[in-house]
Amino acid sequence: MSRIENALRASTRRPLVMPFVTAGYPEIAATADLVRAMVGAGADMIEIGMPFSDPLADGPTIQAASEVALGNGMTIAGVLDIVRDLRAGPSLDAVPILLMGYCNPLFRYGLDRFALNAAAAGVDGLIVPDLPPEEAGEYREACAAAGLSTVFLMAPNTPDDRVRAVDAASTHFSYCVSVTGVTGARGSLAASTVEFLERVAGLAEKPFVVGFGVKSAEQVRVLGPHAAGIVVGSALIDAMRQSSDPTSAVAELVSELSEAARERGLREVD
Amino acid sequence: MNTGNDGRFGPFGGRYIPETLMPAVKKLEVAYRDALGDPEFAAELHLLLADYAGRPTPLYFASRLSEEVGARVWLKREDLLHTGAHKINNTIGQALLARRMGKKRVIAETGAGQHGVATATVAAKFGMDCVVYMGEEDVARQQLNVFRMELLGAKVVPVSSGSRTLKDATNEAIRDWVTNVDDTFYIIGSVVGPHPYPSMVRDFHTVIGEEVREQMRDLGEDDPALLVACVGGGSNAIGFFHTWIDKGPRLLGVEAAGCGVETDAHAATLTAGTPGVLHGARSLLLQDDDGQVQLAHSISAGLDYPGVGPEHAWLLETGRAQYVAITDAQAVAAFQRLSEIEGIIPALESAHAIAQLYVLAEKGELRVDDRVVVCLSGRGDKDVASMAAYLESRES
Repeated sequence: MSRIENALRASTRRPLVMPFVTAGYPEIAATADLVRAMVGAGADMIEIGMPFSDPLADGPTIQAASEVALGNGMTIAGVLDIVRDLRAGPSLDAVPILLMGYCNPLFRYGLDRFALNAAAAGVDGLIVPDLPPEEAGEYREACAAAGLSTVFLMAPNTPDDRVRAVDAASTHFSYCVSVTGVTGARGSLAASTVEFLERVAGLAEKPFVVGFGVKSAEQVRVLGPHAAGIVVGSALIDAMRQSSDPTSAVAELVSELSEAARERGLREVD
Repeated sequence: MNTGNDGRFGPFGGRYIPETLMPAVKKLEVAYRDALGDPEFAAELHLLLADYAGRPTPLYFASRLSEEVGARVWLKREDLLHTGAHKINNTIGQALLARRMGKKRVIAETGAGQHGVATATVAAKFGMDCVVYMGEEDVARQQLNVFRMELLGAKVVPVSSGSRTLKDATNEAIRDWVTNVDDTFYIIGSVVGPHPYPSMVRDFHTVIGEEVREQMRDLGEDDPALLVACVGGGSNAIGFFHTWIDKGPRLLGVEAAGCGVETDAHAATLTAGTPGVLHGARSLLLQDDDGQVQLAHSISAGLDYPGVGPEHAWLLETGRAQYVAITDAQAVAAFQRLSEIEGIIPALESAHAIAQLYVLAEKGELRVDDRVVVCLSGRGDKDVASMAAYLESRES
């Protein structure tokens, strides 16, 4: 059974916490330490962002982090090196690592070659926010051949038939975008987010995680009962920016979220 | 007019966009097809193009220019349109569609500011809220157009990310659209973006080529032998070329070579780019080995873009059109020369097309009886301040 399948099995008992970090931010050498700290603080899956010059699904926080990372010399090959290093250590054996990135650098690298090299480095799955199922034929073939899980996205305005299509295109789970908008921590979640997740639950056959705009333990409590897992990204980058010790700041927030996810009552089976 | 295809131009085109926008582009495609079949839509568009925008634009025989380059040269005077460039052909069309779809808010990206002005203009006319995204660098070099947009009631948002030019303004407009997709219509200013934009924007501009064909006939002339137009995203060129896309004249697109195609400061995407995805479509792209989009450079803000419309990439690949590049210095010389000998101050964008005539003349590729039509896509009023600064800096 794959790492992702294992992790999803745990999600029947509690929502998974899936923190996001931009590779190469604030420094290239920091990324592996940040990931280890997140896992140490209870992260169930890790999402690593591959920086892109034109991240049009991202809000100001991740845009700025991407710009810094590219300025630091972060490359696609460099991201794979980081994953390889992480897998060489013991603490991450069981934790799925997913890469998030825009499609152009992947096309440039070569989809087949990228999928094979990513899988060999220890990557479990890919999230490509500007590649809807209609454009993803070659990408899905390349991922399937390499044994990588594809994670497609859906949004509150995604019609029912497309929810089914996205669900079908995703290998193990899909990613629900909590709002019609870009990434970034928001004060409060839209009241309709839970409705959206309930709608997806009625249509999708596979599990799904929810992300975009999630930042607090309170939001984990609200969304936890309605999704297999919760992605937190911009809030972690904000926490890093505001702290003189980014690694501890990230560990602290992930630990809070992870504790909230382990509270009783977030799953009916409890 | 026709949508022509399923959004594919050979291997180019498509819809590489966030899921949130997929329902919006699909609805737009349906609304556009529906409008194409509606005679009332066509009649209203035609009336507005005539009475509001000033179509048909003249086809002017440029006698002194003809003499200088040694061919018979006509200028298609899109510079005489309301707001000063071809851009309004498209913004009128898209604003009519926005109204038809019940959208009360329109957004746009702009480089030189011409598309921003054309969008702000139709938004004022139709009583719609309008937000225009413009790179900070372009805001600085196109102050006149910023003021015009504000006067027309639009909100101009300076974009400070990335290269602070058209590419980044487009990213920001797409982010706005993702966030406000329910009530907002994104009026894209060129033949770029996800399907149906490249086909739809082209269709709104095909009036340029259609008029040229009729006007040449009225003059008792055969079809032109050569068409020349500048290419940034490529909207005036595609609208000009499309009448003859199947056969006929040689089609020549002129990109911005900036400081030179051999340097890293140019915007010659078709000349020097590689296949890639930017702003929702697969086309040619200026990018590095890692797939990061590179900064473009041109003295002309309207050509300062590292991507290009997917149909141009296809016309290049099939060999139906050829693309060349003109440097900043060559464009400036043509800008000055056309002003001096024809009394027409061209937009710096259009000056690239004029400059190419001189290159052709020098290479001996023009004959005195060749019928050449150049699309003079815009007027140069907006460029006067930056030209003065450029000439001053060159002298010092």
